[in-house]
Amino acid sequence: MPKLHFKYDIDGDDFTRAGEASSKLKQSLKQLGLSPALIRRASIAMYEGEINMVAHADGGVIDVDIDTVAITIVMKDTGKGIEDIAAAMKEGFSTASDEVRQMGFGAGMGLPNMKKHSDYMKVDSTVGVGTTVTMKISIVGE
Amino acid sequence: MTIGEIAKLTNAKVLTGEDLLSKEVLTACGADLMSDVLAYIRNQSVLITGLTNAQTVRTSEMMDIVCIVIVRGKQPAPGMVELAAESGIAVLSTGYSMYTTCGILHNNGLSGGERVIA
Repeated sequence: MPKLHFKYDIDGDDFTRAGEASSKLKQSLKQLGLSPALIRRASIAMYEGEINMVAHADGGVIDVDIDTVAITIVMKDTGKGIEDIAAAMKEGFSTASDEVRQMGFGAGMGLPNMKKHSDYMKVDSTVGVGTTVTMKISIVGE
Repeated sequence: MTIGEIAKLTNAKVLTGEDLLSKEVLTACGADLMSDVLAYIRNQSVLITGLTNAQTVRTSEMMDIVCIVIVRGKQPAPGMVELAAESGIAVLSTGYSMYTTCGILHNNGLSGGERVIA
């Protein structure tokens, strides 16, 4: 498979559009003929991250690289940052607004679920500067 | 169970997905919290929910959910049905509550398909 790169700009103003990028990625992965289980893991991981970017960081940029080894998703925002990454990684920890909760999110499941569906995840965050989340989903063995 | 049978059993209106009525669903889940839906993987399933916005459709799309049943006759948010149509997901609307809708479908053999959490 050739190396592929996708870039998505995430609009932070419109919660109803959150998930558009993940939907596009899912369509692209289907066209590549990857297995449904792998596609779903990558889609869920990115969708949770995309929701977080809109809910907490006023949007950002997502870069996705696909090669023969892995799908690598890098989600970068210039939002307020995460004060305590260890706490944010715990199931049930949430700082989401009422608006986000009304949309069916904010249960403190996003980051743990991203970790669950990726083979590698790294969260870099500086308060007041922004957050970068890197996830890798392994293709090897598919 | 097919999507058409779900519509019949719950006396539901088909808001979109007339062409999907013969499609088979294997399991179901009832939830208003999309975070929960995203945390549990199921195959070819139906989502019974009172949440009627775009994220209900997006979440379903990510989870390969093929049918959304809106309970209590709630009105879908503007654009929700159109988005579902684009995504190839059927949307049904029933007048029954979530509890009753789940009960009807379960009684008729549609299980949750989950492992029991100890």
